[in-house]
Amino acid sequence: MSTTISNSFSRRAFLRTSSLAGGGMLIGFNLFTACKDEVKMPVDIASLNFNDFNAFIKIADNGMVTIYSPNPEIGQGVKTSMPMIIAEELDVPWDQVHVEQGILNTKDYTRQVAGGSQSIRHGWDALRQTGATAKQMLINAAAAKWGVDASECSASGGVITNAKGETLGYGDVVKEASILDVPEKVALKDPKDYTIIGTDAGNVDIAKIVTGKPLFGLDYKTEGMAIAAVLRPPAFGKKLESFDDSSAKKMEGVIDVIRFGDFKGGGDKVAVLANTTWQAMKAKEALSAEWSDGTPMESTSNHDKLLTDLLDGNTFETLRKDGDVKKAFRNADQVVERTYESPFLPHNCMEPMNFYANVSTDKIHLVGPIQTPERTAGRVAEQLKRNIEDVHLEMTRMGGGFGRRLYGDFVMEAAEISHLAKKPVKVVYSREDDMAAGIYRPAIKYRIKAALKDGKITGYHLKEASINSNMYGLIPNFFPAGALENYQVDVAKYDSNITTGAWRAPYTNFLSFAEQSFFDEIAEALEVDPVQMRLDMLQKVKGTTDERIQYSAERMEDVINLAVEKSGYRNPKDGVYQGFCAYYCHNTHVAEVADVVIENNEPVVKKVTVAVDCGIVVNPLGALNQIEGGVVDGVGHSMYGNFTFKDGVPEVNNYDRYRLIRMKEAPKVETHFVKNTLSPTGLGEPTLPPAGAAVSIAMKKATGNRIYKQPFISNMAEREIIG
Amino acid sequence: MPTYTLKINGEDRSVDVSSDTPLLWALRDHMDLVGTKYGCGIGQCGACNVHVDGNAIQSCLVPVAQMEGKAITTIEGLSEDGTHPVQEAWKEVDVPQCGYCQAGQIMTASSFLDKNPNPTEDEIKSAMHGNICRCAAYNRIQQAVALAAEKMGE
Repeated sequence: MSTTISNSFSRRAFLRTSSLAGGGMLIGFNLFTACKDEVKMPVDIASLNFNDFNAFIKIADNGMVTIYSPNPEIGQGVKTSMPMIIAEELDVPWDQVHVEQGILNTKDYTRQVAGGSQSIRHGWDALRQTGATAKQMLINAAAAKWGVDASECSASGGVITNAKGETLGYGDVVKEASILDVPEKVALKDPKDYTIIGTDAGNVDIAKIVTGKPLFGLDYKTEGMAIAAVLRPPAFGKKLESFDDSSAKKMEGVIDVIRFGDFKGGGDKVAVLANTTWQAMKAKEALSAEWSDGTPMESTSNHDKLLTDLLDGNTFETLRKDGDVKKAFRNADQVVERTYESPFLPHNCMEPMNFYANVSTDKIHLVGPIQTPERTAGRVAEQLKRNIEDVHLEMTRMGGGFGRRLYGDFVMEAAEISHLAKKPVKVVYSREDDMAAGIYRPAIKYRIKAALKDGKITGYHLKEASINSNMYGLIPNFFPAGALENYQVDVAKYDSNITTGAWRAPYTNFLSFAEQSFFDEIAEALEVDPVQMRLDMLQKVKGTTDERIQYSAERMEDVINLAVEKSGYRNPKDGVYQGFCAYYCHNTHVAEVADVVIENNEPVVKKVTVAVDCGIVVNPLGALNQIEGGVVDGVGHSMYGNFTFKDGVPEVNNYDRYRLIRMKEAPKVETHFVKNTLSPTGLGEPTLPPAGAAVSIAMKKATGNRIYKQPFISNMAEREIIG
Repeated sequence: MPTYTLKINGEDRSVDVSSDTPLLWALRDHMDLVGTKYGCGIGQCGACNVHVDGNAIQSCLVPVAQMEGKAITTIEGLSEDGTHPVQEAWKEVDVPQCGYCQAGQIMTASSFLDKNPNPTEDEIKSAMHGNICRCAAYNRIQQAVALAAEKMGE
């Protein structure tokens, strides 16, 4: 059975359908998805449109299909999985599909973003319609050629067949198809008929990756391009007074030294342009500069106090309020209150920030790794007072994103330097630059207070104190919102000159640890099973009419039960201490059980069992990779991630003193999917937040100590009893 | 600038660079061998690992001046067509997420397996501990090294 749906393409959207000079057709789509619940992103990228999507298919005379993947690839696998969805409905064998990265195309594409784990979820309907519409047009062209009705024809595997059993390949009719009208209705496949979706497809770039072909921004070069190493203020709050470039300018390979940063001929940064990366980096070290105090230089100790003051103060904004928490606390048998703390975190993409810019009078050519190409191109045009049509931006494969490349600061730098130097330039950050000129996850504290009465939670009050921005969108409506009569979420923030932004699973990456550890402690206080406590709480959410509640009690139950079953949670092996966590974010339901054992007197995370409900799994091979990575990343940053400031200066700036999780510390990840045919949701982020929580709960069982602060490694013995 | 003659992937290549230029940047900026990646510049992440006389070393730490007369192999020269058992294993397991650190991982793994063709799980973990994968694809890296060992034993 297939589903016939009205086509959301307008005739106008298909005006770009055209025959190719060398044969074949190019189908250009401008689509709108049916997703009505907009996902809100942090303030800085709120202007992005998450509702539109489009794609290109190119079919050659020989039937070979090229699918342009418009969204940036940061390691989340959309360059493989999004074209798979088109290929499924187009009905071509996956091995006949060639995938290419689309460039930024502001005219034809409208949602070229990697962020919020939304590419697959938002693309699902549009990508299927794209494939199905092209397939129908090819069938119609074949039917016309045979002089039969299209309803008597079918297509599969790139071949159209009529009632008599005659066949035509897609390539045989592609020319005719390209000039046909767009069908008003197209049939979408029933999931049981899928031959590509749900099968393992390897990363489309794998052959290039394992042989070291140029793929990344750092690999990009053009004739005559200069490398720019940039001297930036040594501390947040410092301003450039003056600099001396006399030694640097005498150094081998140095082309130019330029002050920049404000797009007006001044600024607080100095770029050293040289022929090669090593020359630029060395010459940058030879610069000497005088810095003056601008805004106050902040330290981690200040932040610690400021965040505590915020939690103790009364400057909160209430994001959700159900019932009356104050009354619940007054009537409680017991009140439990705990405070959880997390540090700043740098993103630490393995490929340091870099970007190529060639600003000339007729064109602005930008090439490199960026999660938000459209918005960034717009900002470059605006700052250089140029038309957006002048900007030509190509996305390279990215050596990690994690949210850092949502921000185009390094693109702006490249554009300004190229504009001033009047030559093609690639800005290259050293690792030290990358870590010290970050847009960090802000330090945050949560204080959670629960009222307990008659063996139940009767009131729940969550307070967030953060730096520069607070939790956004639907986060205050995640579990346990809807599950409790009296529930309130309040947020407050402090404005800092330290740049902060989205970091993989913004806010939830730490909120999950705070909240889920707290539930574990509540279950202990109530003397109930922590898993059963959650299952009981979920009952109230069933059938809710509150549209802000987007998680599903039933789907949450499914992942909880699956994780409990597969992890052996009810019958743990001797010496294995298990921590349980269930969490919903980025539209995906996840439950995790962490296994901790004691080895050489130290608690060690051996394994994490994961149950995931992301609806239909488009590419299981890629999905598992995202899940494994998300979990290990979550464990790693919870255990080791720490970034502190002293007088505005980051106290570490490279991997000798910044600890990232490595092979020996990585737990084995075992994943189980809830099988259903619901529309797919994303996996780039949702498995990360529960990992730290599950680990901290397992650690408590293994050591007897509760953890209230990240990184766990420095805070494992801390104990705080308030309630 | 002095000229150095380096033996890269079986070929003699001349390069005019200052003597302190790390091998990493000579490869990337002067020889168009960009498969070797810059990650930290201080020998902590392994993204720049290449083979020097068969040993995996961090090319960001060694100056070109010390590399003359040594046999250097980069990811581009590990096999002619990407069919070294380690590369095959990497493809089969579908290891990469972003893919940036993978050349360094593969160079570490291939040098390690040359010396220890039948490694235990712990030996694999120790051998690969110096290579950071920020996407944390460690489960698959471990799996791929084990698979490559199997392939090399066949």
